[in-house]
Amino acid sequence: METYSFLRHLADSWFLLAMTLGFLGLCFWAFRPGSRPAHNDIAASIFRNDDRPARLTPEIPAARKED
Amino acid sequence: MWDYFKLAGLGLLALFAAIGANFARDLAYQVNALTVMLAAGIAFLYVLRTAGDPRPDLRHEYFDSVIRAGAIATAFWGVVGFLVGVVIASQLAFPQLNFEFLQGYGNFGRLRPLHTSAVIFAFGGNALIMSSFYIVQRTSAARLFGGSLGWFVFWGWQLVIVLAATGYVLGASQGKEYAEPVWYVDILITVVWVAFLIAFMGTLLRRKEPHIYVANWFLLSMILTVAMLHLVNNAAIPVSVFGSAQVQLFAGVQDAMVQWWYGHNAVGFFLTAGFLGMMYYFVPKQVERPVYSYKLSIIHFWALIFLYIWAGPHHLHYTALPDWASTLGMVFSVILWMPSWGGMINGLMTLSGAWDKLRTDPIIRMMVVSIGFYGMSTFEGPMMSIKAVNSLSHYTDWTIGHVHSGALGWNGMITFGVLYFLVPRLWNRDGLYSLKLVNWHFWLATIGIVLYASAMWVTGIMEGLMWREVDANGFLVNAFADTVAAKFPMYVVRAAGGLMYLSGALIMCWNLWMTVRAQPYRVNAHAAVPAE
Repeated sequence: METYSFLRHLADSWFLLAMTLGFLGLCFWAFRPGSRPAHNDIAASIFRNDDRPARLTPEIPAARKED
Repeated sequence: MWDYFKLAGLGLLALFAAIGANFARDLAYQVNALTVMLAAGIAFLYVLRTAGDPRPDLRHEYFDSVIRAGAIATAFWGVVGFLVGVVIASQLAFPQLNFEFLQGYGNFGRLRPLHTSAVIFAFGGNALIMSSFYIVQRTSAARLFGGSLGWFVFWGWQLVIVLAATGYVLGASQGKEYAEPVWYVDILITVVWVAFLIAFMGTLLRRKEPHIYVANWFLLSMILTVAMLHLVNNAAIPVSVFGSAQVQLFAGVQDAMVQWWYGHNAVGFFLTAGFLGMMYYFVPKQVERPVYSYKLSIIHFWALIFLYIWAGPHHLHYTALPDWASTLGMVFSVILWMPSWGGMINGLMTLSGAWDKLRTDPIIRMMVVSIGFYGMSTFEGPMMSIKAVNSLSHYTDWTIGHVHSGALGWNGMITFGVLYFLVPRLWNRDGLYSLKLVNWHFWLATIGIVLYASAMWVTGIMEGLMWREVDANGFLVNAFADTVAAKFPMYVVRAAGGLMYLSGALIMCWNLWMTVRAQPYRVNAHAAVPAE
C-alpha cells in the first residue's frame, strides 16, 4: 500500500481512536478520586514564594501533609 | 574561560556581518547585516568590559531585572505597534496618506506587516517572555535557569524585531502572513526560541514545588508548538547567502495548507495558549483567590491541545484545498468553542465571592473585559469557520474585525492588566501612581475596541452582500470600487477607535512611568518578620 493511503487509513481509524481515548483518559484522570486536595494545593501554590525562591529544603510540602 | 568563547563568537559574528554587508545583493540584507554587526559589536564590548567579574551567588533571588526590561519593551512596542496601526487605518480611509515621496517604503503594503508583526511578536512576544519568566520562577520557587540566558532571550528577541521591521520596510519578506521574516531572521528566531525553551524547562526541572502549576503547562505548550510551527512553515532555500530572497520548499496548495496550519496555530498557541497562561496566573493573583476550578483548567488545557492543531483549514474554504480537509477544519473549529468557553467561565468565576472588587479595582475590570473578549471572539471564530457563513465573511473586513476583537480585547487588555500588576511589584513600589488614569485607559480602550469591531462588522457584512448581489439577468450589480466607496464612513470610525486605543496605551505608559518615578518604596513585609 502506498504511504499516503496507509497513513490516511491509520489516521481515521486506530490513531483517531487512540487520541480520543487518550483525551478521555486525561479528563478522567483529572477527576480521579482523591485528586481534590492535590489540586487545591497546586491552585494555592501561586500565593507562596512571591518574593524569593524557596530554600533548598522543601519545608512547605512537608508541613502541608498534616491537613 | 566561557567569556573568551563568547568574545571569539561575537567577534566572528561581527566580521561575517561586515562581509555580508559588503557583498549584499539587496538593500534590506545590507541594512540587516549592518544592524547585526552593530549588535554583535556592542555585545562584544559589553562582554569585554565585564569579563572576569566575580559572579555573586544569586540562587536565593529571582531574576527580575530581565522581567523589568521586558515590561519596558512590552509597553514600548505596544505603542509603536498601535501607532502604525492607526497610520495604516488612516491610509485605508484617506489614500492620500500613502505619500508619493514614501512610495515603496511607507505605503500601506509595506506598513501592514510592520503593524501585524509589531503587535503580535513585539508587543505580544515581549509580554509572553516577560510573563513566562515571572510565572515560572514564582510557581517553581526557583531562580530562572541558565545564568544570564534570560538576557540573551530578551536581547535576541529585540534584535529579531528590529531586523524584521527594517527588513519589511525595505522589501525583505517571504510573503507568508505572520511569517514574513526572511531566512536569516528565521534562523535567529530559532536560536532565541530554543534558548527560551532551555531557560523555561530548566527552571521547571529545578522547581521546589512538587507540582507544575497549570499556567506553566500553557506557556510550555506555547513554546514547544511555536517552535514546531516555525520550523515547518519556514522551510525554504535561500537564493544567495548574501541576499534576503528565498524559495519555499512546499508549493501550491500544500504551501497554502502549511501556511494556514502555521497561521491558525500561531493564533491558537501564541495568542491563545500563551495568554491563557497569563490569565491562569495573574487573574487569581490580582483577585487574591485561587482559580475557580483547577480540574476545569486541566480539561481546558488538554482540549485546546487536542483540538486547535486541526482548525487551520478553515482559512482556505472554497479554494483548491480538498473538501474533506476544509470540512475537518470547520468541524474542529466548532468543537473548539466549548473548551474555550470552559476556560472563559473558569477565568470569570475565579471572581466568585469577590465580585465587589470589580467596582473598586480597575485592573480586575480590565482582566474581566479581556476574558469577556476571549469568550466573544472564540464564539465568533467557530461561527465564521462554518462554510456557509465563511462564504459571506471571507475576504471581507469582518475577518479584520474578528481578529481585532481578539487581539485588542483579549491579548491587549490582559497584557495591560499584567503590566499594571507587575510594574509596582518589579520596581518595589507602593501601588500604582493613579487608579484614575487606569480607569481612563480602561474606558478609552474599551470604547475604542467597540467602535473598531462594530465598524468592521457593518462594513464586512455590507461588502460581503454587495459582492454577491446579482440583478435579474444574473449580472453582478456592484463593482469592487463601489464597495470601497461605501466603506469610507466605517473606515473613519475604525481609525478613530484605533486612535482611542492608542491614547489609552499612552496614558498607561505615563502612569507606569510615574509609578516608578514618584511612588514611595513598598515596605517589605518580610523584612520585619523575625525568622521562626
